[in-house]
Amino acid sequence: MGQVHMRVYRGNSEGGQFKDYQVEAEEGMVVLDVIHKIQATQSSDLACRWNCKAGKCGSCSAEVNGKPRLMCMTRMNEFKEGATITVAPMKTFPLMKDLATDVSYNYQVNKRIPPFTPKEGAAWSWEQEDVDRVQEFRKCIECFLCQDTCHVLRDHDKMGKFAGPRFFVRIASLEMHPIDALDRTELLKNEHGLGLCNITKCCTEVCPESIHITDNAIIPLKERVVDKYYDPLRILWNKVFGK
Amino acid sequence: MLFKAKSVIVSTGGIGKLYFVNSNSWECTADGFALGYLAGAELADMEYIQFHPTGMCWPPSVRGILITEGVRGEGGVLKNNKGERFMFKYIPPKYQGKYADTEAEANAWFQKVVVEGQKEEGVKERKPPELMSRDVVARALWTEIKEGRGMEHGGVHLDIASRRTPEDIKKKLPSMYHQFKQLADVDITKVPMEISPTCHYMMGGLKVDPETQMSNVPGLFAAGECSAGMHGSNRLGGNSLSDLVVFGKLAGEHAAAYAKKAAAPKIDESKLSELNKEMNRPFENQGGEVSYKILADLQQVMEKGAGMYREEALLEQGLKDLEGLKKRLEKVSAEGNRMFNPGWHVALDLRNMLAVGEAIMRAAKERKESRGGHTRTDYTGYAKEFAKKRILVRQKGGKMEILREDLPQIPKELEEELVSDHLLKPEILKQLRGEA
Repeated sequence: MGQVHMRVYRGNSEGGQFKDYQVEAEEGMVVLDVIHKIQATQSSDLACRWNCKAGKCGSCSAEVNGKPRLMCMTRMNEFKEGATITVAPMKTFPLMKDLATDVSYNYQVNKRIPPFTPKEGAAWSWEQEDVDRVQEFRKCIECFLCQDTCHVLRDHDKMGKFAGPRFFVRIASLEMHPIDALDRTELLKNEHGLGLCNITKCCTEVCPESIHITDNAIIPLKERVVDKYYDPLRILWNKVFGK
Repeated sequence: MLFKAKSVIVSTGGIGKLYFVNSNSWECTADGFALGYLAGAELADMEYIQFHPTGMCWPPSVRGILITEGVRGEGGVLKNNKGERFMFKYIPPKYQGKYADTEAEANAWFQKVVVEGQKEEGVKERKPPELMSRDVVARALWTEIKEGRGMEHGGVHLDIASRRTPEDIKKKLPSMYHQFKQLADVDITKVPMEISPTCHYMMGGLKVDPETQMSNVPGLFAAGECSAGMHGSNRLGGNSLSDLVVFGKLAGEHAAAYAKKAAAPKIDESKLSELNKEMNRPFENQGGEVSYKILADLQQVMEKGAGMYREEALLEQGLKDLEGLKKRLEKVSAEGNRMFNPGWHVALDLRNMLAVGEAIMRAAKERKESRGGHTRTDYTGYAKEFAKKRILVRQKGGKMEILREDLPQIPKELEEELVSDHLLKPEILKQLRGEA
């Protein structure tokens, strides 16, 4: 592959800038390999998170040429020869150092979701169709690329008011679970700001696990909220019967 | 930051990063083994390292990444560059008669058990030799590759495409399908995968009491891959997960009970400042080499000296090379500051990796036979004098000391229970007791 020109963000919470690197790339390399090569040969203190190198752990999220990607699953041969490749940290989260961001917001949101609560005495076997529906959501590797790209978090800074796509996926996996006993609709409407999502599908586009976040998680959840709170017939019924 | 603790549980995983080709995560840098060893704990079975037969081998950047045993479980077969299904040639004496010796028989078993889902016990054919234990398969691969029957990238073929339908492959092995498609441009529903062995698991580790998980250092416990004894000389697939669950619980309970009784630890301030100095040394060393270079060289030294095959002269050379690396580590430099600094971290890891590398080589040199995850070209086969011995490594007077220890006997009542639960065959029990 020869020489590649990389622009990698270097900095911390106080600021930083892109730094240019010329790297000798080999066949089959992914962006993460090039970052590792920079660490080994040019800047040994370049910070980046990574672990499995196989798109399973969700640690090496970054923005490659402006797109939220897993560095380990972004192959160098998809870029034109001689092109400059920029690698920046996820913008939505506070920067710690270089490519490593503080993603703890996600863990705080997660704590505010009531976990799986099985119905008492429910049978622990269910239809394959129900299994498949939930199984899609369970593919999530928590790379938080969907959180990074979502403009509600990224540009409008609605952290604290908006859970974000990752957590709508998690809530969908619980709400659609055949034997879960809880109803999280009110929580979705009031605490997790589901209404702020205007279904631009950016999250679906960046998901490395190809989860249909918008179509299969967010829209069905929105429908549940609408059914419960905004259905005129239901409102009328509740008024008449005093509910 | 200083943590004061009455009891400590080491659960730091394995040693994969000591080897160039490995399936492990970046943090498997042997830290727990070395921390225990430096604190006076004994290490056992350090010569037993499992090389998993099926690692990815192309492109270079994915070399070593694990391909699940499930591919063979779902019917995948191994072939060399002549298209020959070679595993039939490699059935060792201990497995003679237990595995199919013709392709026809193996295929019949595959059809009945894997495709039709019949119970294994009710099938008269024996299972395919691709399903033998990991050490046997890995050595067979190594021999095929070394004797020139490998593929263009130095591996052999693992073929599931010609065995199952594309739909089955995508459903049963979805992550394998995606892994190869995305990282190697290979569609495993159409063509075979190229694979070669990869360093996967350390059977040895801190020697612990099986009831409490405590090492010989009071208050120091260990669980999981960094502890020894659970898997003998060769772990079977799936067993480390149950190891973690069972022995992690035991370690936790006993560490808590110990802490309740133990006195508060006293910290030696002078040792603390010494340690602090040692950790900061890479920043003070001006103009030294970067840690990554030493790491890369260490991985080559380990592959050569204590890889899948060991031999006296190579082990001796390896030990010499490790000494050279230790000298280089003293002068290693780190740039930047202490925040999230991978180059500095590698420099700190290397102290541990070099100590454990030495333990592996010394233990491998001591065991002059081949057994499980330890294969010597100069001492092939089992040797009686080692049958009931385990190799211990410990620090004495600042030096590494090697000992042979008698293996503990299985208590009689446990033996009988194992036999009555059909977990141990009576003839094997006889062998264990030295009666056969």
